[in-house]
Amino acid sequence: MKYFEDIQVGEIFAIGRHTFTADEIKAFAARFDPQPFHMDEAAAQESHFGALCASGWHTAVTWMRLMVAYRRRTAEEAHARGEPVARVGPALGFRELKWLKPVYVGDTVDYQSEVVAARPSESRPGFGLMSVRASGVNQNGEPVLSFISTAFVERRPEQP
Amino acid sequence: MSTKLYWEDFQPGAVAVYGPRLVTREEIVAFAAEFDPQPMHLDETAASATMLGGLAASGWHTCCLLMRMLTDGFVLNSSSMGAPGVEEVRWLKPLRPGTRIRVRSTVLEMRASKSRPEMGLVKMQHEVLDEADAVLTTLTSTAMMGRRQPGAAP
Repeated sequence: MKYFEDIQVGEIFAIGRHTFTADEIKAFAARFDPQPFHMDEAAAQESHFGALCASGWHTAVTWMRLMVAYRRRTAEEAHARGEPVARVGPALGFRELKWLKPVYVGDTVDYQSEVVAARPSESRPGFGLMSVRASGVNQNGEPVLSFISTAFVERRPEQP
Repeated sequence: MSTKLYWEDFQPGAVAVYGPRLVTREEIVAFAAEFDPQPMHLDETAASATMLGGLAASGWHTCCLLMRMLTDGFVLNSSSMGAPGVEEVRWLKPLRPGTRIRVRSTVLEMRASKSRPEMGLVKMQHEVLDEADAVLTTLTSTAMMGRRQPGAAP
């Protein structure tokens, strides 16, 4: 990640895409969200969803997984150029999470993060707080997920 | 199994507690390795150098555990029709390995759906607590519940 000072509101990180398979949808649901429409094709067909679909938590944590992988890739690229990499602290939480459409078996979701706010941290002087709008769009161009996440990003250290 | 819950069975101000559930180091690291592989969730030494000051569960893991506890606690025994989203989640304190968590759920607000008479909305706040009742995470969300008597006045 770039230093807090170098982050521009409006900047978009295209972090990657993921195709949801029946096996992983069921495996995730069995651990965290064992409702019939995430576990069993026949039960899902009879539900208001009409077919097996991923837990909303599964579509949201997939954003996190891709975001961490994206940060790792960009950090390696920066190291290769001999540039420093800012530390990213924990997130404070998120808000306005919307599951806009079900994610069905075989759907491919393209994820991105858009910087919507950046402000210095009052409690952690070495860090700023970056808010991004996380979103996912399926292969038909339909938004399936949106939320705003706020996390600490390291500020550029003062020159000695 | 108790009687299946419908929208009419929820009351503003009602509080329910679910759990406890032990959260192990193994599951914290396994979840992080799969979904949130940051050092603060994977490795004690690396984690001690971060703002969390030691190994702690991914906040997303806490949310997923909360979902599971709610699912077992009442969702599977209800007319739940899912949730359109989550208003807010606050990760207030780290969830450490070996903590026995509980969930305290409070009904904040109820309203009928204008467009769908078979459905009502229940806004709830869920708090993840540790053994000393410290609030680690709060989650506010509105659930869609089937109504026992569609369209009738609440």
